[in-house]
Amino acid sequence: MTTLPDFIQPVTEGETVTEAPAVEKAGWGLMAEFENPAQIMAAAKSARDQGFRWWDTHTPYPVHGLDKAMGIKPTILPLLVLGGGATGLLSGFMLQWFTNATSFDFWALVPIRGYDFLISGKPLLSTPAWIPVMFELTILLSAVGCVTWLLILCGLPQLYHPTLRSPRFARATDDRFFLVIESKDPKFHPERTKAFLESLNPMSIETLED
Amino acid sequence: MSSIDTNTVWEMPGERRPLVDNHESLGTVTTEVLQAAESPKPPMLWYAALGLASLLASMFGLMIGYLFLTGTGIWGNQNPVMWGFPIVNFVFWVGIGHAGTLISAILFLFRQKWRTAINRFAEAMTIFAVVCAGTFPGIHVGRVWLAYWLFPIPNQMEMWPQFRSPLLWDVFAVSTYFTVSLLFWYLGMVPDLATMRDRANTKLKALGYGLFSLGWRGSTRHWHRYERAYLLLAALATPLVLSVHSVVSFDFAVSQLPGWHTTIFPPYFVAGAVFGGFAMVVTLAVPARQIWGLKNFITMRHLENMNKVILLTGSIVGYAYSMEFFIAWYSQAPYEGFVFVNRATGQHAWAYWIMIFCNVVSPQLFWVRKFRTSIPVMMFVVMCVNVGMWFERFVIVLSLEQDFLPSSWAYFTPSWVDWAMLVGSFGLFFTLFLLFIRFLPVIAIAEVKSVMPEADPHDPRGGAIEHHDDHDDSGKDQPA
Repeated sequence: MTTLPDFIQPVTEGETVTEAPAVEKAGWGLMAEFENPAQIMAAAKSARDQGFRWWDTHTPYPVHGLDKAMGIKPTILPLLVLGGGATGLLSGFMLQWFTNATSFDFWALVPIRGYDFLISGKPLLSTPAWIPVMFELTILLSAVGCVTWLLILCGLPQLYHPTLRSPRFARATDDRFFLVIESKDPKFHPERTKAFLESLNPMSIETLED
Repeated sequence: MSSIDTNTVWEMPGERRPLVDNHESLGTVTTEVLQAAESPKPPMLWYAALGLASLLASMFGLMIGYLFLTGTGIWGNQNPVMWGFPIVNFVFWVGIGHAGTLISAILFLFRQKWRTAINRFAEAMTIFAVVCAGTFPGIHVGRVWLAYWLFPIPNQMEMWPQFRSPLLWDVFAVSTYFTVSLLFWYLGMVPDLATMRDRANTKLKALGYGLFSLGWRGSTRHWHRYERAYLLLAALATPLVLSVHSVVSFDFAVSQLPGWHTTIFPPYFVAGAVFGGFAMVVTLAVPARQIWGLKNFITMRHLENMNKVILLTGSIVGYAYSMEFFIAWYSQAPYEGFVFVNRATGQHAWAYWIMIFCNVVSPQLFWVRKFRTSIPVMMFVVMCVNVGMWFERFVIVLSLEQDFLPSSWAYFTPSWVDWAMLVGSFGLFFTLFLLFIRFLPVIAIAEVKSVMPEADPHDPRGGAIEHHDDHDDSGKDQPA
């Protein structure tokens, strides 16, 4: 992680951006910087139409419609969360049934035995009284599953990424918008892709090293 | 026409007040929100407040140590008032903890964009309040070293918790609530922690914020899933927040005691929790926006909206108080009737009338717009509500004083340890809050940016070149 003391200095409007010396080698990818959400939206549409696959946009907040403009498919996260919820509901029932309404034992590292807890002459299988705990475990496992699956699907935590080495990229979490095309994309070509990015009128173009 | 009357706090067609004042670019939002965390030195007031709060928090720790060494006899709890202050404090703090999730989840589902300025610290407040709340039942069990009996952990005694008991439901409800609130708060903070990482000026900050921001880099592929996850968490937290205080009310309502055994308790407790929680949010928001200069984000419109919620929920609470009385009379159950008449005229009538004044009378000031938008009036009302909501739980628990056996009737007197623990829990709460305000992003930066016109790719302020009038929903306040 770069910690240059000066990279939080704002770039003043209209400042000419000095390029890194032109390099022939591809690096990890090419990054173009844009000033406002409308530009990144237009750039994303062009990049999608060019047929790139290994590319991404980086914005300080979720720009609405940008995921559609990039052609990102809907995530399967809701289904995974549903799975977490169903697990919670079922385990909530099983837990209470085993601990309060049975008397058999099973082996889980140590032998554990249920206890048929007869209280106030109530039926052993007191499902209505178990609803609150079943509900809470449904929510608990859905929420924990939601965050866990989100991180897995996003490949996070990821403490190193080539983009994070660029001092310019620090403003992706502040007020700038970036389009990154990776060199492993089958359509990537050091010269032509750079020319394509230039045609989008970015504020700057940078070659990212791995 | 950029001449919007910024004193307009209500909304009129075409004259909708902007959510963020005095900001025409996204970058200044980052700088202004983070100045609390990035300024080299916080104001002296912060040091003074932290000193006092941590002193009180240490006292809380000492009192808990004293309790462990001596036993629950150091409290005022006596037969028949077995619950006393610890349960009053527990219900009070859990109630405070409801506003955060309400603001983040329910207002999110209702698309109330004004929530973005206040949700972060309301959520933080929730978590710290639940920390305080969780302490009390934990130490109230008496033999603290056996507190793990609350959880279904396999043990050599083949002993399990009794799942038909509302007290056990509470264990699950409160611990689920704490976990889910923490996840919601943390997930919302990840993009802002990344902002702090990218602006860090020391190695330590870059490392700390870097670790906790998980390598977030604002990728649209991530935002896409993130927004869906946030929506799902909001949808999960909404029934959760309603369930938690319902389950807390079951602690009372499922018992067979007059004054407690009523079906109105769950909705009445939830409304009361939202009421008390919003009052605490305003209590914290007013000084925080003053000291940290956040008036451009937490505007009078936000405060007024919160005061409206306080008025609404306060009126629901007032309705519940009167309905309890009505049912006590209408049921013609002598014990039920006695409990309620006794609350209003008995030995603790003073507590009852404090509660009525603070919770029912004082919020009525908010019917007047002038009072809703006046800082001194709103501070007076929310302080009343903070006090009143504590007394509400006090009044309910003290129904135990006059039980079915008149020979055991007594006057409950809290001990000095009771008071020290109540004050100490406030110390813990404010210590955590002050640390939060200094080291974490107090306002959801990414969310605030996304509700600004500069963030909209279809708005000229977001860089759109063509401007279609049929898509224009921002009224006539476009810059010329």
